[in-house]
Amino acid sequence: MANRIPRVPVREQDPARRATNFEEVCYGYNDEEARLEASRCLNCKAPRCMGACPVHINIPAFVARVAAGDLAGAAAVIGADSSLPSVCGRVCPQENQCEGSCVLGIKSEPVAIGKLERYVGDWAIAHRDELPVSPAPRNGHKVAVIGSGPSGLACASDLARMGYEVKIFEALHKVGGVLVYGIPEFRLPKERIVAEEVKSVKDLGVEIETDVIVGRTLTVDDLLDREGYDAVFIGTGAGLPRFMGIEGENLNGVFSANEFLTRTNLMHAYDDSFDTPIYTGRKVVVVGGGNVAMDAVRTAKRLGAEAVIVYRRSEAELPARKEEVHHAKEEGIEFRMLTNPVRVVGDDKGWVKGIECVEMTLGEPDESGRRRPVEKEGSNFVIDCDVVVMALGTSPNPLIKSTTEGLQCNRKGCIEATEDGATSREGVFAGGDAVTGAATVILAMGAGRKAAAAIDSYIKSKPRQ
Amino acid sequence: MFEIVSRRDLSPNITEMKVKAPRVAQSAQPGQFVIVRVDELGERIPLTICDYDREKGTVTIVTQTIGISSAKINSLKQGDAFTDFAGPLGRPSDLLELPEEELKKQRVLFVAGGVGTAPVYPQAKWLKEHGVTADVIIGAKTKDIFTYVDEMRKVANVYLCTDDGSEGFHGMVTGLMKDLIERQGKQYDRCVIIGPMIMMKFAALATREYNIPTQVSLNALMVDGTGMCGACRVTVDGQTRFTCVDGPEFDGHKVDFDEAMRRQSMYRDNRKTHPETHNCKCHG
Repeated sequence: MANRIPRVPVREQDPARRATNFEEVCYGYNDEEARLEASRCLNCKAPRCMGACPVHINIPAFVARVAAGDLAGAAAVIGADSSLPSVCGRVCPQENQCEGSCVLGIKSEPVAIGKLERYVGDWAIAHRDELPVSPAPRNGHKVAVIGSGPSGLACASDLARMGYEVKIFEALHKVGGVLVYGIPEFRLPKERIVAEEVKSVKDLGVEIETDVIVGRTLTVDDLLDREGYDAVFIGTGAGLPRFMGIEGENLNGVFSANEFLTRTNLMHAYDDSFDTPIYTGRKVVVVGGGNVAMDAVRTAKRLGAEAVIVYRRSEAELPARKEEVHHAKEEGIEFRMLTNPVRVVGDDKGWVKGIECVEMTLGEPDESGRRRPVEKEGSNFVIDCDVVVMALGTSPNPLIKSTTEGLQCNRKGCIEATEDGATSREGVFAGGDAVTGAATVILAMGAGRKAAAAIDSYIKSKPRQ
Repeated sequence: MFEIVSRRDLSPNITEMKVKAPRVAQSAQPGQFVIVRVDELGERIPLTICDYDREKGTVTIVTQTIGISSAKINSLKQGDAFTDFAGPLGRPSDLLELPEEELKKQRVLFVAGGVGTAPVYPQAKWLKEHGVTADVIIGAKTKDIFTYVDEMRKVANVYLCTDDGSEGFHGMVTGLMKDLIERQGKQYDRCVIIGPMIMMKFAALATREYNIPTQVSLNALMVDGTGMCGACRVTVDGQTRFTCVDGPEFDGHKVDFDEAMRRQSMYRDNRKTHPETHNCKCHG
């Protein structure tokens, strides 16, 4: 029986070595490994993995094609639902989605769907020249997409395939949004993967203009009225960092995870040939337990610092992907669980010299369903460190909301949009983290695609002028 | 790419450039800034907009050589180009929000120091266009390093002072301010101060004495300039604000200047810090 074959392990860079470089941790499957792993799939009649995929990729169909060695076929199956397979194969929380519901996982280990998706995506990038895409004939309508992250790229490529003239406006100097400023190189290679995925979107005829901050350089209304776009998609993500509001947070050496990661990823501060500096000192404490916290702490380690995670709940509640936590531990990251900062301690020059924390215990479950952390009175202690990185989550940037009249947002600052992305403003659609608050790449990509379909029917339903 | 259509030296280490950036020129307002990147390896550097020409599509910036990036900027020639020139960023000056009637009655004092003189210019010019002639104090260590004086004289009443007495009032901007108000009996409804942080701190302390509502334009460290990173955090009236989106202008009587100066010096001693080369003086 196929499921007698154990899950094929994926080759990874040695932990001690990779903790000193920014090269990708995971090497991915080769042809032989991928075919063997794909052969484990039972091809269930009612595949639970598909239902658990936020964009419902026909997983058994693509896996069967990998097993048969038909990689062009596999790429086409994934391509019907996802425009970023190489990215999602690397960064999706598969253990909670497709792989988490794989039948094989009940008695043994689930099919490595994520690693197979990555394998197919990377194959498609390497063989793109053999899979020519001819841009669809133009239908005479223009759509503006704000933000070049996962939702914007997905929305733009679908619209281009339908024949729309699409232009993406990006505020930063580089295309990719969180894929380039947030997720580190060692998890998602920028040139080899992100730039290639962007290139395939451009090949569809999508134009991209960088250095345009919608809300400042232009407004949404300028795009509709002055620049003649029939519709606008807002995919501006959740870029605004949160801080704890504790004493000492503005000391020199306290950074948001966004700043720490942007300096490293977008600005290449780890590479001496680039001008942007970054400061790590000898020891970095990262506050938080999500994927961004893991990215920041592993980045600090690679920059040569001793690196510690401080999280107020226990390991079971860590919101980060299991794989990231596992990798972080392998790399020698220290985890201080049930620990909550109450104050950043500074020296007489105003630089960080430590972080005062209290011990926590877990009480009754709170509204999130997780047990509420409760402070142990009098348990205060100080962890000596030179740098503190706050990785406490992010919220949407208010710039577009504040410059677009009639665009409804909720009290968290997220744009209110229907399931298919329609907002309170006619012709204005939105999706991804700007609507949901910080979530995943695949959800953002799915939202971008749904909005593309909705924009198409909106424009088609408008009387021709 | 954003071409430099003209360039001139204002002083040995201060340069003025007009840059072709039609979108920025179209939307720019006094008080706002741009983020520039010289080349693919460069930092993102915030620079205050010093003038703009919507018809020609140009934006004027003035840069003083301080570190690697400003030296790179000032080494560019006419015809060269910035890899990136993004903006306008930040909130426009509060002056723009005043109702026309109230604006006309305003007696405005600008205090400019060093490279801060050029960013005062678009505000004074805007006021002039709206029927208000402001007073502008320009301070410098010595007369040879004055910049933008001729331009400013076309749009405002200019008062010069030098630390060494080589031109104008002998003394600092606070001394000249005192002279204007106490000896010459001038009265002001508001003051805008732009210049080195230490000058803004003391000039704002002085205007507080005179009860003149005061705005200062902060030049904090930034990375993205759009509210994403928080590098530009500043404490105003006990609250943490982001200079890039909540500023760059803040109530000068409520800014924690000591913190702002400390944060501005974050990378001064260790531009590229790795622990093995770590020589940060701040840790002894």
